[in-house]
Amino acid sequence: MQVYRNLSIKQKQIVWAWAFLALPVIFYVVIRFYPTGNAVLISFQDWNLLGKRTWAGMENYLKLWSDPVFWKVFRNTFAYLIIGTPVSLVISFVIAYHLDKLRFMHGFLRMLYFLPFMTSAVAMAWVWRWFYQPVPIGLFNNFLAAVGIPQIEFLRSTTNALPAILAPAVWAGLGFQVIIFMAGLRAIPKSYYEAARIDGVPWWSVLFEITIPLLKPTIVFIVVFSSIGFLRIFDHVFNMTTGDPGGPLNSTKPLVLMIYNSAFTDFDMGYAAAQTVVLFLILLIVSLLQLRILRDR
Amino acid sequence: MTPMKNWTLAAATGIAAMLGSAAQAVEIEYWQYFFDARVTAMEQLIDNFEAANPDITVTMTHFPYADYRTKVAAAIPAGEGPDVVQLFYGWLNDYVAAELIQPLPADAFPPDQIEADFFPMVGAMRDGDNYWALPTAVRSLALFYNERLFEEAGIDAPPETLDELVELAAKMTKRDGAGNMTQAGFTIGMNAQDHHWFREVLVRQMGGEPYMDDYRTVNYNSDAGIKAIEFYTGLAGDDGVAAFGFMDEPQAAFKAGRAGMHIDGSFRIGSLNKTRGLKWGVTELPANADGERFNYSSYWVNAITTKAEGEKYDAAVKFMAYVTSDEAMQIWLDVVGELPAKPSVGMTEANASDPVFGPFIRGLAYANTTKFANESGQRQILMDMVQRMDIEGQSAADSIAVAAEAEQKLLDEYYQ
Repeated sequence: MQVYRNLSIKQKQIVWAWAFLALPVIFYVVIRFYPTGNAVLISFQDWNLLGKRTWAGMENYLKLWSDPVFWKVFRNTFAYLIIGTPVSLVISFVIAYHLDKLRFMHGFLRMLYFLPFMTSAVAMAWVWRWFYQPVPIGLFNNFLAAVGIPQIEFLRSTTNALPAILAPAVWAGLGFQVIIFMAGLRAIPKSYYEAARIDGVPWWSVLFEITIPLLKPTIVFIVVFSSIGFLRIFDHVFNMTTGDPGGPLNSTKPLVLMIYNSAFTDFDMGYAAAQTVVLFLILLIVSLLQLRILRDR
Repeated sequence: MTPMKNWTLAAATGIAAMLGSAAQAVEIEYWQYFFDARVTAMEQLIDNFEAANPDITVTMTHFPYADYRTKVAAAIPAGEGPDVVQLFYGWLNDYVAAELIQPLPADAFPPDQIEADFFPMVGAMRDGDNYWALPTAVRSLALFYNERLFEEAGIDAPPETLDELVELAAKMTKRDGAGNMTQAGFTIGMNAQDHHWFREVLVRQMGGEPYMDDYRTVNYNSDAGIKAIEFYTGLAGDDGVAAFGFMDEPQAAFKAGRAGMHIDGSFRIGSLNKTRGLKWGVTELPANADGERFNYSSYWVNAITTKAEGEKYDAAVKFMAYVTSDEAMQIWLDVVGELPAKPSVGMTEANASDPVFGPFIRGLAYANTTKFANESGQRQILMDMVQRMDIEGQSAADSIAVAAEAEQKLLDEYYQ
């Protein structure tokens, strides 16, 4: 107690600041860092969830390197990212750009776009799964059959399945991105647009010289946010392909689903942990790259 | 006395009363995964057991199937959780290795007596002079058929052989103008029970032996295996009586009345009974041209955990004895629809000639039990085998060779 009394006011403030900070720090250490460290540890061990853990050295990582399914899954994960992010970015920008100009039923339309974001991903995935079924229950194929076009195999195909699963995932995230874009658009000072109008600048120059450059922070935020989302895609794939997790011949399996299967159906916790370490590194690299781009601003 | 003192006194006497009764009665815990009919049946068994043993209380806890193993694995080493636990027969090795369960005492469960009383596949639970675990019920496969569709197509008896299966299925298959299937004669899909049908039934019927060395060596990459997989994929190919992915899942197509015939396990009976407007019958799996029949059977067992000690252990032994008794087996059959694990109960005149349970019970007589290292992993390999042929057009011989190699690798890793 004597020690505390001898502190200066400044030092006392620091003590109190740490006293309050201790709670989130402890929380992070117990809830985040300890399990993360444990996962790294397990990735060097053999563990079937029931028995004792035994040391396996680099075995899990070597197995991962020589597993063709892992490389397939690696490609799938990046396919979700590389197709999903730009597509959702462009669509949400176009919607936000036009919605921003619209006054009639603005709030209602915005609500409609935001609705899928609030809907449970599981329920949505199952509804889309039924949409994609062949005749006689699939909505899309029934429509195609009604107008005399041959059926399309959406989910039971090694080429169509991934885009078919990506479509509802993009749609589900759209609402959030539209709202963020609209906030970004509102933040651009009106005076730039007025100056452009006085000078008689065509609309595309306004778009490419004023709107998009000034939206850069918004765009970077959405890109970072949605890339992490697509790298971690799980619910949609899992629910649209239960029965054959990861689609025919692993054509839609993302890394997170492979981790889930290794851990909770194969009970190979070490192997699953090694995959999570790889996923962590991928997320870290992607985030660092994007932060670098942000700093260039 | 003030009201406050009054209340304290009441609480104190209440607690004392609870402690007093706890000292007399032994309480044991039973864990199983959640499946409606199983929980109902177990509640009934517990009621009967408690009535006969007033000094023992059994508390049942159940979890969703997905969490089951994780919870069991975490609880028992911590001294919590079940005294008697339910597990799948294929998990026994893992549970024994992890020291989660202890052997059943030989005096209460004499091994030779058990061997004589139970169906032979239960022998997999024996290790030397002890059994590790025992089932109440076993499951087998049979062919379900839709009576309305049979009537509509003018079929009066279910198929006896594989050729008849194809022939009758063709009569019930309907397509629209563009050739899209709108009603299937037969359901197909390795994701349902078909992978068991392929392994333990079709391969054997074509003259092969699916595995060697006590299921440690894959042996279906043979002429018999190729014939079996060609027959199987042919149902959706040249025969055109089934379609992969029709109505999403095989059992969904059959439940919706859009499929004429469907192979499934005895555990499906309950949910089919609840389906309104579906008139169904069931028969034994079709024989091959020589009249040979095979079947696949599996079971869940109960075991005493390493947590049970002292008086709890004695109570657990009594409870195990009751849940593997003839009476318990008959209750399980009536409530869950799973078949008694002893021929003496299953093969009674009434049970074996029962129109619903009969075909399953008769199937047990010629059933084999696959010893899985990782059932879902081994199923995935067969699913991939069919998809390589169906989607990528690979030949049966190439595809089965890839599958056999992959499964052998999985088995080697498990048994190494």
